[in-house]
Amino acid sequence: MAVIFVLWLREIKKYLRSRVQIVASLGGPLMYLGVLGFGLGPVFRRAGEGSYLQFMAPGVIGMAVLFTAMFSGIAMLWDRQFGFLKETLVAPVPRLAIMIGRTLGGATVAVLQGALIFVVTLIAGFRPVSVLAVPLAFLVIVLIAVVFAALATAIGSTIKEMQGFQMVMNFLVMPIFFLSGAIYPLQGLPRVLAALTRIDPLTYGVDGVRGLLIGSAYFGVGLDLAVLFGVGVLFVAAGAWRFSRIEA
Amino acid sequence: MSDRPIIRVQHVVKSFGKVTAVNDVSFDVRAGELFAFLGPNGAGKTTTIKMLTTLLRPTTGSLELDGLDVTTHPMDVRKRFGVVFQDPSLDSDLTAWENMDIHGVLYHVPRQVRRERCEVLLRMFELWERRDDLVKTFSGGMKRRLEIARGLLHTPKVLFLDEPTLGLDPQSRNQMWTHVSSLNQTERVTVFLTTHYMDEADRVADRIAVIDHGRIVATGSSAELKAQTGTDSLEAAFLALTGTTIRDESATAADQMRQVARVWRR
Repeated sequence: MAVIFVLWLREIKKYLRSRVQIVASLGGPLMYLGVLGFGLGPVFRRAGEGSYLQFMAPGVIGMAVLFTAMFSGIAMLWDRQFGFLKETLVAPVPRLAIMIGRTLGGATVAVLQGALIFVVTLIAGFRPVSVLAVPLAFLVIVLIAVVFAALATAIGSTIKEMQGFQMVMNFLVMPIFFLSGAIYPLQGLPRVLAALTRIDPLTYGVDGVRGLLIGSAYFGVGLDLAVLFGVGVLFVAAGAWRFSRIEA
Repeated sequence: MSDRPIIRVQHVVKSFGKVTAVNDVSFDVRAGELFAFLGPNGAGKTTTIKMLTTLLRPTTGSLELDGLDVTTHPMDVRKRFGVVFQDPSLDSDLTAWENMDIHGVLYHVPRQVRRERCEVLLRMFELWERRDDLVKTFSGGMKRRLEIARGLLHTPKVLFLDEPTLGLDPQSRNQMWTHVSSLNQTERVTVFLTTHYMDEADRVADRIAVIDHGRIVATGSSAELKAQTGTDSLEAAFLALTGTTIRDESATAADQMRQVARVWRR
């Protein structure tokens, strides 16, 4: 337990100390919110879909959580290249404890980042339909964070080179984001695209947050939670398995 | 000092695909001694350390540390050694104290003992004043000292040092050996180190194993190796034993990268 806690705390400390990184990571979501939110807003309204900002804010929160959680995978490659990983691997503690500590740390940081973006969307004019639903929405955000932090751990344990992670960003993280329905509604999509959105875990995350914050879920919050939970269990198991097989 | 060796390696082979990095290596290390693995880059020194520290499994053969089989009892073995790898393994975004403290938790050192040991060791390695500074502000020599201090926190029986002076300037190098020799006495810890610097092995080690191309060519004190080969310097003895000299040009590209990286990270 102490081991999990101290490794979790390490991630939080590092996050809070990297002020530049916090500000920099706000850039992407802010751009989507600002440029797409206000740029496509008039079109969206004319199409009879209401406020694009209202629609898009949960998607941008989901994006921030996705990116931050996946970034913890890069942190692991960094640790591998600059050694701290080895320090934990030769310690007399089970690999599982190390993996859980790291993954929970990465997930917590992602939730913090999501909360930060949530505040930013509020400033931009986003209004959740019910204050009471906010804590529940954060439950969904926590699940999104765990799903992708665990995926990042699995990937970070498997690939060794920094360049490999670039590939992951381009061929996995960007598609996960674009296919999630974060920036467009899921109704009436072409069949192929609709099928792809359904295998993207983030789709259910964004849908769940949207359902709770603006009261319109495509799948329904119950299904969203169930899918996220199931995928979370699967990815944590995969992460633990990959992590246990790291050879230094 | 007991008769049972603290480290016993018997007929160990480690292959990576077609490459045999360690080829039928056997040796004993006695408790309390300062034992050096001397050989050029790529001789199999680091691979041997990785096997002894449970990071790699031997292809065949057996390794024992403090009477425990390294392959079958990795957790018990890990509690008994400290290690400083060739590449730094500190978290440079944390302070010296935090690096020490995390290590203490990972090795289940009780809080009170942890505090005391951290202070004693940081003072011993002249890092106490800098304990609350981020490690990324440290010089190469300071980082290396911190790693050794950290490796001793859980009072291990054996301390592995893989090329502890690589990339350090002569002054830090001297300082490093002064520290290593004195802690060998004050902490009563067995030190197993690797180096490709002849003068260092000659000066600090009680016994030296000369390793080349994955095989141990000779083992003994510096004087014994010289006597065995009828030479008057370790350098000449090494030449007689292996037919080559250790030169920095024989460093692999990876080693050179490592050196450059170390210089830049200071």
